[in-house]
Amino acid sequence: MLRYVIVGLFLSLSFLGSAQEWSVDKVRVYQTFDEMEPLLHPQNDTTYLINFWATWCGPCVKELPYFEEINQTYADQAFKTILISLDLEKKIEAKLIPFLNKKGIKSEVVLLADGKAHRWIDKVDPSWSGAIPITIVRRGDQYAFYEKEFHSEQELIDIVSPILNHK
Amino acid sequence: MKYIFFLVLSLMTANLVGQGYKVGDVAQDFSLLNVDGKKVSLADYKEAKGFVITFTCNHCPYAVFYEDRLIELNNKYAPLGYPVVAIMPNDPEVKPADSYNNMKLRADEKGFTFPYLYDEGQKIYPIYGATKTPHVYLLDRDRVVQYIGAIDDSPKDEAEVEETFLADAIEALIAGKKPDPATTKAIGCSIKTKS
Repeated sequence: MLRYVIVGLFLSLSFLGSAQEWSVDKVRVYQTFDEMEPLLHPQNDTTYLINFWATWCGPCVKELPYFEEINQTYADQAFKTILISLDLEKKIEAKLIPFLNKKGIKSEVVLLADGKAHRWIDKVDPSWSGAIPITIVRRGDQYAFYEKEFHSEQELIDIVSPILNHK
Repeated sequence: MKYIFFLVLSLMTANLVGQGYKVGDVAQDFSLLNVDGKKVSLADYKEAKGFVITFTCNHCPYAVFYEDRLIELNNKYAPLGYPVVAIMPNDPEVKPADSYNNMKLRADEKGFTFPYLYDEGQKIYPIYGATKTPHVYLLDRDRVVQYIGAIDDSPKDEAEVEETFLADAIEALIAGKKPDPATTKAIGCSIKTKS
């Protein structure tokens, strides 16, 4: 009997462990765009795949698994996915964290709380209309911007690999 | 050579269609179904001095943030000749929350004081070049586009509004001036299509 209780305890503990992977302190919140901007201009040789999204944005949520998949695919390379959430700051605990846990998100997630988007949309990319999702590939000076929804991991590989594999 | 010419021509026209209206362009009128079951055209507004064409929808939080502010804007500026005309551009098969029926429910619930039109077949928004909700086109009485963009500078928190872009643009037209800025950008939800 005791054995079952112990096994049961372990199972529930490990379940809790995986379910509580994300917590409020793991999502960095940027109050201003300027504070976050260095994230968009990393000074190293890593290839970054940066996505602006939100839990309330249907197409964003739909394409998110492909960002997780490519993060796995290129896990052993100089590659990193950053998910910049535009969720409401006051909904981090109620919406964002449960969402990240439910979807098992492993990529880095930050939140941009700067509500004065008219000041920073052009700084992200002058061609951006302001609709999300958007996706950026950056490695040093190499840069590509996409205001669209991706439909497979392969579509992401197609935009990342030329920059990642560039000598 | 001829082919190259046609290629360039088709690229150019594709580009024009894709970009929609810029400030100074004459906007097209339309006849779209309102939530009250009647069709609405800009030509119906005999007394209007302009129009606040607002692409908006039910499901997008950024559109919802602005519902009360749109009602206030319409209540203030419709009597001055600048009515709000809201158009829902999404494909309801992609976003059932934006179905015609749900539009009626939302208009009722919020007590919209302006028409809330259904862009059936998604024919009008691409002509305007709207990319998201909310997305505003302020027209003058000749349907010349005078302002494109955001309603104000703080969607998420009305208490933080510092610049009332749209109201300022309407006031400029009333004063016989050109809106400045004539375009602004804001975060919004992409317009939902099947492709």
